[in-house]
Amino acid sequence: MIKDKKIELTKKIITAVVLGGFALLCFIPIIAVISISFSNQQDIVNFGYKLIPQNIDLTAYKYILKSPAQVLSAYKVTTIVTVLGTLFSLSVIALIAYPLSRMDFRYRKGISFLVFFTLLFNAGMVPLYIVVTKVYQMKDTVFALILPYAANAWHILLLRTFFSKIPYSLIEAAKLDGAGEIQTFWKIILPLSKPGLATIGLFIMLMYWNDWWLSLLFVESQELIPLQYMMYRIMSEVQYLTQQLTSSSVVIDRTALPTESLRMAMCVFAAGPMLFVFPFFQKYFVKGITVGSLKG
Amino acid sequence: MVQMWRRKSLNTNISIKKDRNSFKDNTTKTLLIMCLPAIGLLLAFNYVPMLWMTMAFKRYRADLGLFGSEWVGFDNFKFFFQSQDAWRVTRNTIGLNAIFIVLVLIFSVTFAILLSNVVRKVWLKFYQTVFFFPYFLSWIVVAYMLFSFLNMDHGIINTWLNKLGIDSIKWYTEADYWPPILTLSYIWKNAGYYSLIYFAGILGIDKSYYEAASLDGASNWQMITKITLPLLMPIIIIVTLLQIGRIFFADFGLFYFLPRQIGILFSTTDVIDTYVYRALRVTGETGLATAAGLYQSIVGLILVVSANAIVRRINKESALF
Repeated sequence: MIKDKKIELTKKIITAVVLGGFALLCFIPIIAVISISFSNQQDIVNFGYKLIPQNIDLTAYKYILKSPAQVLSAYKVTTIVTVLGTLFSLSVIALIAYPLSRMDFRYRKGISFLVFFTLLFNAGMVPLYIVVTKVYQMKDTVFALILPYAANAWHILLLRTFFSKIPYSLIEAAKLDGAGEIQTFWKIILPLSKPGLATIGLFIMLMYWNDWWLSLLFVESQELIPLQYMMYRIMSEVQYLTQQLTSSSVVIDRTALPTESLRMAMCVFAAGPMLFVFPFFQKYFVKGITVGSLKG
Repeated sequence: MVQMWRRKSLNTNISIKKDRNSFKDNTTKTLLIMCLPAIGLLLAFNYVPMLWMTMAFKRYRADLGLFGSEWVGFDNFKFFFQSQDAWRVTRNTIGLNAIFIVLVLIFSVTFAILLSNVVRKVWLKFYQTVFFFPYFLSWIVVAYMLFSFLNMDHGIINTWLNKLGIDSIKWYTEADYWPPILTLSYIWKNAGYYSLIYFAGILGIDKSYYEAASLDGASNWQMITKITLPLLMPIIIIVTLLQIGRIFFADFGLFYFLPRQIGILFSTTDVIDTYVYRALRVTGETGLATAAGLYQSIVGLILVVSANAIVRRINKESALF
């Protein structure tokens, strides 16, 4: 009996130490970034980056808010792409996922294969780049930032799994009552699949918000640079941010610019909204990966 | 009376059947139309570009287009495979991905088993939320975080080392440091996500197995190795199979942003994807880029299909297709 208790205790301790340790590791970098963004330049030069800032300093944020042209524009692009992209992609995906969930749909197998095959084989970045820029002429358009990701095969297969859980008898009953396919889809299927739509919608939102790939390939004009890509530019060109800030109307003493904290403040700006939204929708995400892990 | 009623019902049955048939044609048409927008997008961004894969056998000139450019046979491939780069990027891609797959599997299954020990709901929710955090950050944001730790002058790690009386380490100039750094970053970002998948699998295991085992006096370890792991195996196989199928494709953001495209680090950080991107967008060697890209797509397809065939042989249910 005593031995059993001992084993239970060790089990508890190991669980708490390992899981708690990893939880801490997941947390620390985020805290580091936030605290650096609030540090002042002099402290960073003197003492290095700290996990807890010596003095709270808002200079970095003030700089960003004072000369907001570039940052605001990037924020605007990211928001527009995320909102339009999510609405568009979710509609397109729901429209195809429903027929694919219907066992009585004649072309189910063929179209499913067309979707599934894109997971196994794709043309790669060079053909995509040439086709989008040279054939479709979409370079520097908002379409290039939305359309290539809109019909994502994973999302289609995931949503199909959600739809196929709706009992067929409901669809049959609606038909006997004289409802057409569109009506059934709109009035019965969609309202019943709200959790599924929310899950996929959030996945899509995350995909667009965090995307840098499409802008890396297809965007050169300043007005279309989204948040993530701007962060990349700031990192790769040390001078980029300084230029952006000093070229604006506000007169700034270049040497006093808090480059280090400014970088991390940008980071907070880019990651913040997603991290803020996330805890509220966490259960949908967990549900999503659970469904995704089962073969659809 | 009864007969008439029967007849009537027979008639209505027939008419319903007829209705259903005409319904069926309409149904097929409507359902097909619903598929069209997605099919259009898939064709435009997945299937049409496949035609342009033939660029690998041409000397592509933008002004002549795909069809006007001259065929050059396997020249691009010769050029690619004779360069030092082909071996380097292949080795880095497969080697690092293999390490990622094995380590993430070990970590995430361990975390999942430990999560199943957690009794209090509050803690479970806390762990699930926090473990999922890193998955939500883009690689660019992660690159910034890493930089705050490894920065030569003010980095957190060097600050600590200095306090201990150790000289600062130049993390961004020494290629040998990078395989472990990339591996840790990858685990950090993905282990939590996969542990949630496996945890969901463990939750699906029938509790009565454990009750019976504990009545028979099985130890904790025995329950893990004899019940949890075997019953988790189908999910582990599917997830790992998917990853092996992608072993020839690197996580571009990880390899592009974290080492900050510093040339000295390429010997351990350059992978096929970053190589193709640089050839396409930075150095402008389209021929090399297409050859390397086609090589990646084809080997990748062979790997998925063969990995699936192996799994099919072991257990048909677990196969992807």
